[in-house]
Parts: sequence; structure tokens; C-alpha cells
Amino acid sequence: MPEEPEGKPPTVTPVRVVIALCLIAPFVAMLWVSSYAKVDPTFIGIPFFYWYQMLWVLISTALTMIAYKLWQRDQRARKGGASA
Amino acid sequence: MKDGVNGVALGVFIFFFLAVTVMGFLAARWRKAENEASLDEWGLGGRSFGTWVTWFLLGGDLYTAYTFVAVPAAIYSLGASGFFAVPYTILVYPLIFTFLPRLWSVSHKHGYVTTSDFVRGRFGSKGLSLAVAVTGILATMPYIALQLVGIQAVLDVMGVGGGENTNWFVKDLPLLIAFAVLAAYTYSSGLRAPALIAFVKDGLIYLVIAVAIIYIPIKLGGFDDIFASAQDKFTKAGAGGLAPAETGQWGYATLALGSALALFMYPHSITATLSSRSRDVIRRNTTILPLYSLMLGLLALLGFMAIAAGVKVDNGQLAIPQLFENMFPDWFAGVAFAAIGIGALVPAAIMSIAAANLFTRNIYKDFLKPDATPAQETKVSKLVSLLVKVGALAFVLTMDKTVAINFQLLGGIWILQTMPALVGGLFTRWFHRWALLAGWAVGMIYGTAAAYGVASPTQKHFGGSSKEIPGLGEIGYIGLTAFVLNVVVTVVLTFVLNAVKAPAGIDETSPGDYTADAGDPGVQEKLPPATAGAPGGH
Repeated sequence: MPEEPEGKPPTVTPVRVVIALCLIAPFVAMLWVSSYAKVDPTFIGIPFFYWYQMLWVLISTALTMIAYKLWQRDQRARKGGASA
Repeated sequence: MKDGVNGVALGVFIFFFLAVTVMGFLAARWRKAENEASLDEWGLGGRSFGTWVTWFLLGGDLYTAYTFVAVPAAIYSLGASGFFAVPYTILVYPLIFTFLPRLWSVSHKHGYVTTSDFVRGRFGSKGLSLAVAVTGILATMPYIALQLVGIQAVLDVMGVGGGENTNWFVKDLPLLIAFAVLAAYTYSSGLRAPALIAFVKDGLIYLVIAVAIIYIPIKLGGFDDIFASAQDKFTKAGAGGLAPAETGQWGYATLALGSALALFMYPHSITATLSSRSRDVIRRNTTILPLYSLMLGLLALLGFMAIAAGVKVDNGQLAIPQLFENMFPDWFAGVAFAAIGIGALVPAAIMSIAAANLFTRNIYKDFLKPDATPAQETKVSKLVSLLVKVGALAFVLTMDKTVAINFQLLGGIWILQTMPALVGGLFTRWFHRWALLAGWAVGMIYGTAAAYGVASPTQKHFGGSSKEIPGLGEIGYIGLTAFVLNVVVTVVLTFVLNAVKAPAGIDETSPGDYTADAGDPGVQEKLPPATAGAPGGH
């Protein structure tokens, strides 16, 4: 930030990197099919392949939610900074 | 399989159908606008929908009757590979989180109603905008036809629709009535009708899934037994399985990714998105829409239950309706059928509105009548929405069902080819408009030719959507391969065209337009008077 004399925050910040990671993680997990293409261990009789992907629905939802909250904070901070 | 008409189920089905019909017509009065004769009102519900309405509308729009019938049907006949729908819908939300808010902002600022409007404004190219519009209309038509296939499956199982030797008119009458009603209220109420009906549709769907996922496994002796009998069936058939084989993994991943990329290129997804009231509504929705993915996953498991319950159908599409008929008491089977039937009406309405908007804005106004007034635009859009539906109906009634499915498959491949222009355009103006057009053409031609060459045991052409990826040797989704080709051509030609200084066209947008939100200076004033006021609470 000190490099920006006009008070414009840098485009890439740690918070934004975290946001990006939250959004990229589901792609890595879901496209790496060989990591979950198996039957065992089962969960209440459901093969791993199915419950693992259903679990990722929840994980990716949580990650998107985190990204959303962080993004909101990021935007508020920037707007606040601009009007100050 | 029971013979004859299931009276109780049919009665419940008709009850719900009548209820949503009344709602569809009343919807015209819901949040009534002062300026009805504008496309913003009829075609985008006044751009006024908040988080919950948008959630129901998008859910009702994306998870169609065909989805409910086809996903478990794929599981029923193929096993694991049919489950790609779940990773597909998981990947959709991080994607739309990234690009849709930008599209919303720039569309709000410039009054864009369709994606082609944006493409024309961004690249100053009517040709490119026409390509995007035509692709959108072509991809949407078979999708509407497939909604009819969904209704037909339900009617068949209820015993309505008759056998093969019934008079065609008697056989198709229920379908004709359903579609006449749908067309009438879409015409009069516009996007407000499906938005209101979506509440009923999703309420019923969630209820049916919740009951099915608890009640049916108990009746079948638990998931252990269900998966054991499924394994048994796949082993005997020598095809399919409970987990994808190594050779099928590329296909699984590319199908999930390609479908996720394509979903929000479809005009009906964009229509539902642009009808939301603010940028934030869209982002907030990406955090609650996955509830539908969870439902879809549970629904997919019903395919295994159909195997375990001993449902034997030649046409996989009938597996789930038949499972409901076999397992549920008649009245609840009626509720389940109503859920699927209404599940077809909501997306069919939104799709026909979206296709009509594309025609009106990007063909009629751009090429035929540039000085059309908003009232004329709305009139044309309403008429085209009727035409589109009649076309879909004719398609389903006159041609074999597999034709609709083949075209739907092609539609997915085609619509993905509009992504570089649309999403590329949202982030950068670097791509050259002619390069984008050339890339699009290459993707369309390769995708169509490749799909034509896929044979299946039952069909010589269009037998599937996966093929060997050139140079990689793995089997993958054709749409994604075509998309990669498209991007390569676009990038290479952009370098060339920029080097020879080919005219880049006028960009009417500015960087700030892509992050503008409702309430920012310059955004509210630009809206039509009907929407400039505070939207009604809900």
C-alpha cells in the first residue's frame, strides 16, 4: 500500500487471494475425479463416490459464503477509504 | 405397472395444475408497474426481484422437469457417470460469483435486456451480437421441447396419453391443454408468472424429495440393499457401475466443467439474473442456490432406488415417475407428478421469454425496425414467446423424442461457444470482435461435426456428447473441446488483427459500469420510470 501515492489500494491483497482460493478450491476437488472414484468407505450404505460429492456441495457453499463476506468487507473498506 | 388411469393421482395433479394457472394469470397484478408496455416490465419483471424471489426463480429455471426426469434416468441406466450433474452444479456457483455481478451492473447501467445487447454495446458489432442471439435461440428451443417431454413422461405413467394405437389427438390433448394455458399466462403476465409459480413448484419439489429420500429407502430396506442391487444390475449388464472406471474419469470431469461453463450462457439463466434488483442479490444467491444442488444429488440417488424397487422400463425417462407410482400412495404420487409437471411450466415460460427477448432486441430492433418503441418491442416479444412455444410443441408432437434430446445435446455445445464474447467481454476489451466471431464459428462447426460422428448402440449420429479429445487420447466432453479450440482461434486472430490494426469497433461501456450498483450515482436515473422508485417489499 505505501507504494500507492494516490491512496488507491493495490489490486491484489491478501484478502483477495483468500477469496480467489475459496472460489478455486471446488474446481480442484471436483475435477480431480480419481481422488474420489471409489466405493469405500461407505456412509450409511452410500458409496464414497456419492456422499463425498454431496459433502462438497456443503463445503463449496461454505467457501462461497466466506468469499462473499470477505468481498463485502473488502468493498466497504475501499469505499470508506475513498470517501475519507 | 398398473394399467388404466390412476384417478386419484390425476385428480391431485389437476388440482395443482389449476391452482398454478390461476396464479399465473393473477401474477400480472403482482407488484404492478406504472409502465407495463416496456420490455423491462414484461421480460424482466421490472428488474425488481429481491433475494428470495430470485432464488426461487433461478432455482425454478435451472432445475427443470427434464432435469428431474433425466438425471435419475441416467443413474438408472448408467450408474456413476450420471452423477456428473452434482459436481456440475457445484462448479456453477463460484463461476457466477465471479462474472454475473459485472454483467448485472453493465446491463443495468445501459439498459441491456439480453447478453447480445451487451456484446453489441461492448464490441460495437451487430454481427457478433447476431451470432450470440441466434445461438441462444437455437439452444433454447430444444430445451423448451424437452420440458414437454418431461410432462409427457408424467402423463404416460398416470395413464393419460393413451397407448400407441390411440388417436393422436386424444393422446396429445392433455399436453396441448397444458401448453395452451402456459402460453396464455406467459403472454399476459410475462416473467412475473413463472416467478410466482416457482414458489409452488419448488415447495412441491422439496416436499417430494424430502419424503422420497426417507420413505423409499425405509421401504426398500436401507441404502446398503439399494446399492447392492444396483451393483448387481450393473455387473449383470456389463455396463455402468457404482464408481466411474478410470477410462470414464476425463469424461466425467470435462462434462461437469463444460456444463457448468455453459449453464449461465443460456438466455433463460441470464433473464432470471437480470431481473434481480441489485448486484448484491446475485452474490447472496450464489451462497443459497447450492441447496438445489443438494436436492439434485438426493434426486439422483432415486435412480438407484428405482433399480432396487424393481422398476423395469425401456425408456429410462419413465423410471422415476414409475418409481413414484409404485412406491407412494396414489394421492402422494399425484403430488409428485404435479411437482414434475409444474417443474416443466416454470422453465418453459422463462425460456420462451428469454428467446423472445433475444429475437426482439437483437434481430427485430437491430435489423428489421431500428426505431421500434418500447411498446412495440413488448408486443413483438409477447408474440414471439407464443411462436417459440408453438414451435417447441410442433417439434415434440411431430418428431421422435430422440430428436429433441439430440438437439438439446447440441444446444449445450453451441451455447458454450458464446462464452469468450460474453465473459471475455466482461473482463477485457482486448479480444478483437472479428476474432471472437471466427472463434465462435470454429467452435460451432467443430462441435456439431464431432457430435454428428458419435454413434451409440441405438443411434448412428448424435449418440452422445463425449468423444476422444484430439491430441490427448482421452474421452472428453465435445463442448469443452470445441470451447478450447474457440479460445485458441480467438486469441491467435486477436494478435493478428490487432497487429494489422483492424477496426476494433466502438465500446460504449466504461470500466466503472462493470462495478456500478443500484443506488450508485448514474444507475438509478438511467432506469425506466417504472423501476426508478423503490421496489416493493416482499
